[in-house]
Amino acid sequence: MEPLKERKEQIHRSGEEPFTLVCNKDSLAGAVSQRACVFCGSRVVLYPIADALHLVHGPIGCAVYTWDIRGALSSGPELHRLSFSTDLQELDVVFGGEKKLSAALLELIERHNPAAAFVYSTCIVGIIGDDVEAVCRGVGKTTGIPVIPVQSEGFKGNKRAGYTAACNAMARLIGTGDTRSISPHSINILGDFNLAGEIWMIREYFERMGVEVVANITGDGRVADIKRAHGAALNVVQCSGSTMDLARMMESEYGIPSIRVSYFGVEDMAQALYDVAEHFIKDAPEILERAREIVKEELEQLLPRLAFYRGELSGKKAAIYVGGTFKAFSLVKAFRLLEMEVVMVGSQTGTEEEYRELAEITDPGTIIVDDTNPLELTSFLEEKRVDIFVGGVKERPIAYKLGVGFCDHNHERKEALAGFSGMLNFAREVHSSVMSPVWRFTPQRERLETVPELLEVNR
Amino acid sequence: MSKNPPSYVATTNACKLCTPLGAAIAFKGIEGAVPYLHGSQGCATYMRRYIISHFNEPIDIASSSLSEKHAVYGGGPNLKLGLMNVTEKYHPALIGIATTCLTETIGDDVAMFLKEYDRDVEGEKPLMVQVATPSYSGSHMEGFHDAVASVVKTLACDSKETKAGLNLLPGFVSPADIRYLKEIMEDFSLPVTVLPDISDTLDGRAAIVYEKIQSGGTPLAAISVMGDSLASIEFGHTMAAESGGSILEKRFDVENIRLDMPMGIAATDLFFQELQKISGGPVPEKYQAERGRLVDSYVDGHKYLYGKKAVIYGEEDLVVGLTAFLAEIGVMPLLCASGGKSGRLKERITERCGELLPEEPGVFENMDFYDISEIAESMNPDLIVGNSKGYPLAKKLSIPLIRVGFPIHDRMGGQRILHLGYRGTQNLFDLVVNACIAGKQDESPIGYSYM
Repeated sequence: MEPLKERKEQIHRSGEEPFTLVCNKDSLAGAVSQRACVFCGSRVVLYPIADALHLVHGPIGCAVYTWDIRGALSSGPELHRLSFSTDLQELDVVFGGEKKLSAALLELIERHNPAAAFVYSTCIVGIIGDDVEAVCRGVGKTTGIPVIPVQSEGFKGNKRAGYTAACNAMARLIGTGDTRSISPHSINILGDFNLAGEIWMIREYFERMGVEVVANITGDGRVADIKRAHGAALNVVQCSGSTMDLARMMESEYGIPSIRVSYFGVEDMAQALYDVAEHFIKDAPEILERAREIVKEELEQLLPRLAFYRGELSGKKAAIYVGGTFKAFSLVKAFRLLEMEVVMVGSQTGTEEEYRELAEITDPGTIIVDDTNPLELTSFLEEKRVDIFVGGVKERPIAYKLGVGFCDHNHERKEALAGFSGMLNFAREVHSSVMSPVWRFTPQRERLETVPELLEVNR
Repeated sequence: MSKNPPSYVATTNACKLCTPLGAAIAFKGIEGAVPYLHGSQGCATYMRRYIISHFNEPIDIASSSLSEKHAVYGGGPNLKLGLMNVTEKYHPALIGIATTCLTETIGDDVAMFLKEYDRDVEGEKPLMVQVATPSYSGSHMEGFHDAVASVVKTLACDSKETKAGLNLLPGFVSPADIRYLKEIMEDFSLPVTVLPDISDTLDGRAAIVYEKIQSGGTPLAAISVMGDSLASIEFGHTMAAESGGSILEKRFDVENIRLDMPMGIAATDLFFQELQKISGGPVPEKYQAERGRLVDSYVDGHKYLYGKKAVIYGEEDLVVGLTAFLAEIGVMPLLCASGGKSGRLKERITERCGELLPEEPGVFENMDFYDISEIAESMNPDLIVGNSKGYPLAKKLSIPLIRVGFPIHDRMGGQRILHLGYRGTQNLFDLVVNACIAGKQDESPIGYSYM
């Protein structure tokens, strides 16, 4: 299948010279993008702040579609799992929604006693011109808690613009807490969303190394921690697309350096620990020693168990389509560890530089794609005879209809895939789909088995 | 029992979805159709995810992907580009265009844009049906019914020949329900046009070729002669006066019969009586047998059910149907709640099951799950009947949730739940009575293997 002509420049095949790929542009009308919007971007980043009130200012849709759909766990309060909306009605649209917003905020703050409140603007709030900033200021004064507007009108850019809006909102909290008592060997964790409790595992690694975690900003987050996050010595940033903006703000405002990491896959997980340790090497070389011990210990447990899966999965083909490229990089490496072949990799929000790097580290012929859609994905999966597709819920039925295995690596998943034990879970997830006996009944597989020469041609 | 609904400014955990979602689902039930949202990209993506999680089917909903400049200068050019791209890639027979709160608020004149499109664009042009679905007005059910009404208004005609057959406008029911309804019509030898028909499009098979647009859906040819039918049957009494059925009645003199959803024996009997009248034939033996077995099972199970207290929520017409069904098996509906607000819910419930209920239940519109939970917790119910979103309440109260309707996001097979007719009632009855038996069994320390 030929892609739409405006889409051709957003698809590249590794090994083809020169590398060109256009990205970070608005989704093409009518192309059925897998992307969401500005609101989605900011909702994703702020969602895991569990003791804050998250009020969506607009008609009901935006709030109801984001009600408790992400697996970001909390060790305490669970206010983030509720869906609050001003549920604007026709009259509010005509006469303005400010009064309703103010009343809703006062009511909810009194009822739930949150540590802070975030107010998300949706599309029409930007059009009807509610002064959300003023309402927030007023309610903040009355209630004595930070009430922070998030400028997340859906049409004002793509998901990335939403990340920035979220970072701007968090930047208002940072710098307002007491930082005395914070260790010089301390970090903030940015960009891990504590899906299936992953951040607890990561935190534990750091704490075992002797590094204090001041704030896990985007996973099991707390307002009080974020307020004192400027007291940390280092920002450790995963999913750089979503929170790099915040790290940059903290660097220019408070002089806190940052490093980029990923906790997915063995190599990247180990590297994350080493990179943090390296940062403190001058006055605390023992941190690196402990990091090495942790990695050694974890690998001794993991590798023998991984061998079984590698044996079964070796040579199988994988396709990847995820939100941000950081995850794509880690997944390429993780599949390599399983001796699997990555034949397609793409993301909703990658940058040209990231795609170039992906083209460099993948095998010739690998399809690299930005902001794709169901029909393109279908043709890629069919062309490459993929055994497993890694993506989110919207990609799942595409894989299944094509008789292809699937691994959910998005925010709804209930399996921990980060860290060393996460690698084992990942292998198990991939294995349980690829090796399932059900595929033999799918028409695609039946055809291959009855016409073996097709197998030869396509392998 | 609380007789006044809670009244909060903020909505917490809504018990409704937004209007364009309903329209998108209705358009999915038309042969060769692609739903299209004229708005920003997020709306389509969020709704796709939400619908996919229930049906486990590919749900392609196109979008105008409006950005800031379009919000300022109007979304016309992007609508045109989007329609061209959808046409090029999907070759649809029809594009169902629903607006969103954004395009309604900036005042995009979609009808005019479509006229311009028709005038300016050469080559392949699918049929276009548009519906206004501002999400600040109504819920997904208004979007659903308005989309159906738009389809009828735009496409239905009559050939002035003798009238025959039946139009069936079932509302938002499951693919399994629609398959069963079609089976019934076939057994009555009644030619039928079911609009919309999501039985195949949203519950497809494993196929050798990936279908860009899932096959199935109401054939356009059938829609175009809906004016030739003897009558239309429309399920639900809470929709607006102007509906698919009422338009057909007004324009083509096709009698419109509005019935409650056929859930429970009494409501299903009424439905079969109408079918008898229209077809002129008796109720086929198969359905008499289904009814007989259902009555038999009602009797077998009645003691497990009598006096059990239920909380019911969902779309208004579904709530009416469920309440009538539960009332007739001796379960006491305590709370009947909907996020919709037609103003007719209470009246329908009283009319359907007034004399069956020893005590009037709390019937409230415009409710969210916070309201529902607040009331339910004070009522000490035995079971909850509704979609997956009531699970947190069921867990909190440690009582069973009987999953019906949409969305079913925490189980497989939401699309295969049968709710309607004698067979659907049998299915619901078995679910309800077994949940009660299981509760009794689990509570007992004995470990009975017979109950």
